[in-house]
Amino acid sequence: MRALVRIIGGLIVLVIVILLGLMLMPMHRTAAVTNLPAGYEPPAGAGERVAIAADCAACHTAPGGKPFAGGRVVETPIGRIYASNITPDRKTGIGNYTLDDFRAALYDGLRRDGVHLYPAMPYPSYRKMTEEDVRALYGYFMNELAPVEASVPETRLAFPFNQRWGIRLWDWASLPPAGFRPYMRSAKLDRGAYLVEALAHCGSCHTPRNGLTFAEKGYESRSADFLTGGVIGAWPAPDLRARDSAAQRWSDEQLAALLASGRNETAGVSGEMALAVEHSLQHLPKSDMEAIVSYLKAIKQDRPIADASAPRSTPAPTAQQLASASPQLGLGARLYLDNCNACHFATGKGAKNVFPNLDGNAVVTAKQPGGLISLILNGDAIPSTSERPERLVMPGFGWRLNDDEVAALATFVRQSWSNAAPAVTTADVAKLRGAVNTTPW
Amino acid sequence: MARRQKKTDVVIVGLGWTGSILGIELANAGLKVLALERGADRDMIQNLAYPKMIDELKYGVRHGLMLRPADSTVTIRHSLRDTALPYRSLGSFLPGNGVGGAGVHWNGHTWRALPEELRLKTYVLEKFGASVIPAGMTIEDWGVTYEELEPHFERFEYVCGISGRAGNLGGSTQAGGNPFEGPRKRDYPLPPLPTLLNGKIFGDAAKAMGYHPFPLPAANLSDAYTNEYGMQLGPCNFCGFCERFGCIGYSKSSPQTCILGALKRKSNFSYQTRSEVLRVELASDRRTATGVTYIDEKGEEIFQPADLVILAAYQFHNVHLLLLSGIGRPYVAETGEGVVGKNYAYQMTGGTSLFFKDLNFNPFVGAGSSAMVIDNFSVGQIDFGKEGFIGGSYISSGQFNGQPIRSMALPSGTPTWGAGWKKGIRDWYGHSMSIGSHGSNMSYRDCYLDLDPTYRNKHGQPMLRMTFDWKPNDIRMTQFMRSKVESIAKFLNPTSWVSGYKGDSSHYDVRPYQTTHTVGGAIMGIDPTKSAVNRYLQTWDVHNVFVMGASAFPQNLQYNPTGTVGALAYWSAHAIKHDYLRNPRPLA
Repeated sequence: MRALVRIIGGLIVLVIVILLGLMLMPMHRTAAVTNLPAGYEPPAGAGERVAIAADCAACHTAPGGKPFAGGRVVETPIGRIYASNITPDRKTGIGNYTLDDFRAALYDGLRRDGVHLYPAMPYPSYRKMTEEDVRALYGYFMNELAPVEASVPETRLAFPFNQRWGIRLWDWASLPPAGFRPYMRSAKLDRGAYLVEALAHCGSCHTPRNGLTFAEKGYESRSADFLTGGVIGAWPAPDLRARDSAAQRWSDEQLAALLASGRNETAGVSGEMALAVEHSLQHLPKSDMEAIVSYLKAIKQDRPIADASAPRSTPAPTAQQLASASPQLGLGARLYLDNCNACHFATGKGAKNVFPNLDGNAVVTAKQPGGLISLILNGDAIPSTSERPERLVMPGFGWRLNDDEVAALATFVRQSWSNAAPAVTTADVAKLRGAVNTTPW
Repeated sequence: MARRQKKTDVVIVGLGWTGSILGIELANAGLKVLALERGADRDMIQNLAYPKMIDELKYGVRHGLMLRPADSTVTIRHSLRDTALPYRSLGSFLPGNGVGGAGVHWNGHTWRALPEELRLKTYVLEKFGASVIPAGMTIEDWGVTYEELEPHFERFEYVCGISGRAGNLGGSTQAGGNPFEGPRKRDYPLPPLPTLLNGKIFGDAAKAMGYHPFPLPAANLSDAYTNEYGMQLGPCNFCGFCERFGCIGYSKSSPQTCILGALKRKSNFSYQTRSEVLRVELASDRRTATGVTYIDEKGEEIFQPADLVILAAYQFHNVHLLLLSGIGRPYVAETGEGVVGKNYAYQMTGGTSLFFKDLNFNPFVGAGSSAMVIDNFSVGQIDFGKEGFIGGSYISSGQFNGQPIRSMALPSGTPTWGAGWKKGIRDWYGHSMSIGSHGSNMSYRDCYLDLDPTYRNKHGQPMLRMTFDWKPNDIRMTQFMRSKVESIAKFLNPTSWVSGYKGDSSHYDVRPYQTTHTVGGAIMGIDPTKSAVNRYLQTWDVHNVFVMGASAFPQNLQYNPTGTVGALAYWSAHAIKHDYLRNPRPLA
C-alpha cells in the first residue's frame, strides 16, 4: 500500500516536473537553413512576390481594413483566432522583430515574446521557406510597408486551448523539418512543390488532419495523404490528387484558369479559395502558375476520389424531369426550378466560364455538405481578377427558403444528373444557418 | 463659392453606356478619368439580385429604376403657341437613372443605322428630289458615313455579345439575316436566340408573303460570352424581365456586365454617385471648358477642374447642360437660327394584337429582344415619292414578357373592369401575340428643345422645354405600316385582332409609353451653322467638350438607338485617343 502511494506520488511529481519543464523551458528556435553571405540583399521586389505567393493578406488584412494591419477573424474548430497586425508598427505590429524573431514566427510559430502562435498561422508550411525568401519577406514587411498602429483583439480560447504552452507538444509531434530540399524530377516541378507545399500552404485546407492533434497528415507530396482533401470550417477543401478529382480531370489550361482567374469552363472558386485567388494566385507570374499546375498533375494518385461520392454509372434523367415542369415533381426539384434553374439550367451544366456546372461539382458531391449548404444560404462570389474582371455573384437564398427547403434543395442537387451523394438533413442546415455569415453581397 | 477639387484629365457626366465606353477607352489610354453620376450606384447583384428584381409593381409600374420627375423633368408643349407644362408622371418616355443608366433596364434591341439613314438628306435629294421634302422638315446628313462607323458598330456588338444573324456580309446576302442592312465585315458574335411560337408563325407568314424574316439582333445572350475587356455574360433564360428591369442573370448586355467590372479595377478611373452636374464651366475666352460644377449628395456645390469634359448624360440632359452652360448658340424656332436644341425628334410606333383561341403562346417565356423582324419597309426600301412620306419602319413580332399587370392584351369589346374583365383575362391570357411597327420620326423646324421661361428645377435653373407634335409625314408613314401589318395579321387568320396606330387627328400624348428613344437637340453634322457638334461629337465652339448619345441624331432612325449610340461613342473615343489628345483643337 505504502509502495503504491509512493509510486503514485512519484508519478505526480514527475508529471508536475515535466509540465513545469514544458511551460518554463526556453523555446528552441530553428536556425537559418542556409548561411547567406554577409551583406546579402534580396532582389528588388522579391519580398512582395513572396508575400503574395504566401497569401499573408488573406488572414492579416481584415475585410475593408488596412493592408496587413490584422484583425481578420479566423474561425477554427477550437474558437475564434484573430490574425495579428504584421505591419512594422513598433507598438501594435512587428516593428521590433529582428530577423531571428521573424524567422521564429515563420518556422516555429513563436511570437517575439516566446508565446506560441496557434497553428492557424500556417508555420508548419512556412517552415519550408528558403532563407532567401525569409530574408526577402522580412525586408518587405520591415522596409516596404508603412507602419499602421492598429490593435487587434486578443485571441481568447476556452480551456484547455488557452494554455498555449500545450502547443509545444503539438509542435514536437507535428512539425516537419525546416527548409525545402528539392526532390522532384525537374526544377519546374520543384518550384511547383515549393510554391504549393511551402508558400501557398495549400495543405492547410486540402490535406486531411488527424483526429487527435488536428495536425495535417503530411506536408509534402511524398506523403500519401497530402492534398487528398480536408475541411475548412463547414466547407470541403477538395481532394486534389485522385484520378477522378476535378484538379486531375481538368486540362492544364482549365486548372490554371481556375487558379488564376477564379473560374474555368465548369467551375468557380468559392469559400476561402476565393480569397486565395483574389489576394494571391491571380498575381503569380505565369511561370509560377505553370509550375503549380505541372506539380499538381505530377502528384496524381491512381485511386477513386476520397472526399466526395463517386458519380452514377448511368446519369439520372433530371433534365427531362425538370423540363416536364410537372406539378408532381418533388419539393427539391420544384425549388430547383424556382431558384437555381435560371442560371444552372435543367441540365445542371450552367454556362461555360460563367455559371458553374453542378453535375459532378466537387462542392456539390462532397462528403462534407456544408459548402453547398452555405452557398445556398448565403450565396458567394467569384472574385474580380485581372484576367476576368467580372465579380460573378450567386445570391443567397437563406432569406426565402427555410431549413427543410434548403435541405430538400441540397439533396436534390446532390442526387441529380450523375451526382449520387447522401441526402442533407434539416439539422445539417440548421447548424449552418446563422453561422458566421460571410455573405459577399 | 464652390469648393474646388483636384484637377483630373477627364470628367464624364453620367455613367451609363456612353460614359462607361468613354471611361474605359480613355482610362486605357492612360488618362485620369472621373465619372460623375447623378443617381445611385447600381451593382449587378446588390440591387439586381434574383429574384427581388422580378417585381413588376415596383419596377414595371412604379418605375423603380427611372429618374424621378421630382428630381428632374422637362416641360412639354405641342406648338409654339402653347404654354409648356412639366412632365410630372412618367409615361411616354422613361429616362434611366443611376450607374448603368438606361443600359440597365433596356430590352436589348441592338441595331445599326442604315447607310441611307446616316446620309438621309442627300439620299432623299439624290433619289427623289427636293420636292418630296415637305415645308418645315429639317432633316440632315449625320456627317459620318456607314462605312466610317462600320468598325465601331462591330466593336460595340462584340463588347455586348449580340445574338443575331448577319444578312449582308461584305455585300453578300446571307440567308436568314436582314438582306437590307448595311454590309458588315463580321457576323454577330453569337447565334440568334431561339424563336418562340409567335416569331415562328410571323416568320412563316412573312416568308409566304415574299418578305425576308430574320431574328432581331439581341443584347440578350444566346450563349456564354467573354468580351474584349474580359467581362463575361451567360445565356438568357427567357425569364421575361428585361425592359424596366435589371437582368438577374448576367445575360443582358449592360454597362455593368460588359464594362464596369473591368473599368472599376483601374486605378486611374474613379466615379462618384449622387453627384449632379449643374453646368460646364468655360474659360474667359469661352473657347475651352475648365471643368464642371456639380452638387453632391449633401447639397454642396463643387467645382471639378478637368482638361476634357464628356457629356454622357441622357439625350435631353446633354442638351440642357449645353444650354445652361452657354455652349453653342441656342436654337430659335421663330428664325430657324442657332443650333443647340434644334431637331428634337421622337419615334413613330404602332401595333396590332392578334388573338388566337387555339394557340397558347406561353407569354411568361420571353426575352427583351426575342422577336422576328422584316425590314422590307425600311427607309432604304420605300419609294418616298410614290408613298408620300419620308421614313420607314421595321415590322416585328416579339414576345418580351407575360407580366400580369401590363401585358394583358384583350380583344376589343372586353370590359375594362369587373367580372367581364376577369373572364376576358381567363379566356385570353396566353392566346395573343403582337405585330409592331417601329418607325422613324423626321425632324421639323418647330420640334425642338429650349429653356423654359416659366418653370425652374430644384436647383433654381430653368427647366428644359420640349416642343413637339406629330406631323402628317410621319402619320402617313405609320398608316402605310398599318396596312402592311394588318395584311400579315389577316394572313395569319386570328380569331380577332385590334390595332393601335396614330391617325390624322393624333397629337402627341405624354401619358402612354411609346418609346424612350428621344433624340436630337445637339445634332452632329459638318456645318457649324446647322449642327451643335461636329462629326466627332465635339462641340463646334468649345473644343474640349464632347457630347455623346442620341442627342447627336439629326432626325430619328427607324431603329432602336443603342447600337448607333454605342458605335458613335467608340467612333468619338477613337478620334479623341488617336487625334485630339496629341493636339487638342477643333477636329473639324
